[in-house]
Amino acid sequence: MDRRRFIATGASGLLLGGCDRLNNSPGFRGLLRSAEKLTMASQRLISPREALAREFAPSDRSPIFRSNGTRMPGTPEYAQHAAEQFVNWRLVVDGLVARPLSIPLQTLRTLPHRTQITRHDCVEGWSAIGKWHGVQLWRLLQHAALSSRANYIVFHCADRFGDKPYYESIDLVDAFHPQTLIAWGLNDHLLPIPNGAPLRLRVERQLGYKHAKYIERIEAVDSLAAIQGGKGGYWEDNVDYEWYAGI
Amino acid sequence: MNDEPIIDDVIEDEPPPPPPAPPSRIAYRHRLPTRLWHWVNALTVFVMLMSGLMIFNAHPHLYWGKFGANFDHSWLSFRGRPIPGWATIPSTYNLAAARRWHLAFAWLLSLSLIIFLVTSLFNRHAQRDLAPTRDEVRPSHVWHDIQEHARLSFPTGDAALRYNILQKLSYVSVIFVLLPLMVLTGLTMSPAMDAAWPWLLDLFGGRQSARSIHFICAALLLGFIVVHLTMVALAGPINEIGSMITGRFRVPPDKSQP
Repeated sequence: MDRRRFIATGASGLLLGGCDRLNNSPGFRGLLRSAEKLTMASQRLISPREALAREFAPSDRSPIFRSNGTRMPGTPEYAQHAAEQFVNWRLVVDGLVARPLSIPLQTLRTLPHRTQITRHDCVEGWSAIGKWHGVQLWRLLQHAALSSRANYIVFHCADRFGDKPYYESIDLVDAFHPQTLIAWGLNDHLLPIPNGAPLRLRVERQLGYKHAKYIERIEAVDSLAAIQGGKGGYWEDNVDYEWYAGI
Repeated sequence: MNDEPIIDDVIEDEPPPPPPAPPSRIAYRHRLPTRLWHWVNALTVFVMLMSGLMIFNAHPHLYWGKFGANFDHSWLSFRGRPIPGWATIPSTYNLAAARRWHLAFAWLLSLSLIIFLVTSLFNRHAQRDLAPTRDEVRPSHVWHDIQEHARLSFPTGDAALRYNILQKLSYVSVIFVLLPLMVLTGLTMSPAMDAAWPWLLDLFGGRQSARSIHFICAALLLGFIVVHLTMVALAGPINEIGSMITGRFRVPPDKSQP
């Protein structure tokens, strides 16, 4: 009995030890990581550029829309904005644009907006369906006169994980997608704080961690290398989530 | 002397000498594409199951329908991180690493499956060796085969070179039903795939249903692996595993011959 258990433990230990060792080997991790580019290239190849995420009926919505990640940014500045109902919040659009913008939240909410009932998919596996109200990102980029040198749009957020600011980034295919919104409303109300008040990103063909909340600034860049850890997002920099989160 | 006839009688009554032991025959049982795919797939399925169980640890609740999160009704739910480290890749909680493994090996799983399916249709492995015949699917034949398996009485002679009906049914289910379902329900969980191929959502009744079917098919595959390995062990592991490596199989002498 003891010997059998010893052998079984030893065998699984060898297998697992092997997998863990591979997991810690930079070469092997690089090999696994190359699948991300293959997946992105393949999905882009078979998707029309403007293929829409499914939009649902009002009755398909989740009774409670779950929040995740930061539920309340802890900074004194954010607390001040929340206390003022965000009346002094502004959205900055800068970087590689000819006409940098600083749009008061109140103005942003009066711009033409899109309403869509879509599904939010968390990297952990759960999904929630909600109705979003917001400005299409392409309108803001067009208004700011995006430079032809820009390759990525970076979203700088008001929340922090430890001492690190949350940020995310997408490329221009997703930035100019008709369902990509800077959203200010959820289910016919202004965005609640746990869901990203006053502004969050909706990028419907990717997983939840790409949907940056508490957005203060949108920056157009040609490369992600110089921003924070250089991998294009908080989770990408800190725990090696994929930058392309289409799957 | 009347000895002679007696001796003659004795000679005639003597039993014939025992026949020489039947020469053990080596037959070519598995062709190269089958053997290659078997081992690539064995490795891949092992990695997919273990990395998949780590991903399950991130949200160990399953739902039916289009959405499903903590406040919604789940049909299967666990507390904490239910899958122990010895069954996951990597062995300590790490969703990001498990996804890297799962989504890289998913390519190996899908591409090798497609190549194997196409090859097996072209070289007629599927039609000749895997497709059950009309006679084999008769209930009496299937029942007879179940009884033979229950007695651990395995086919011998030429019959050992063919798949029996229970083998055929299980291999066909894995190759043509379970593995394709794993791939398709996996793709349905991808938000980009749902935009590209919205029919996936209709086929499985929503992303959370697809996730549940993905998990159920994984459990069925695990069940197949357990039974498959048990049968290999009972039928003679050296000969069986050897034949899946070299293709050559030592045919058990036919028990039905005198």
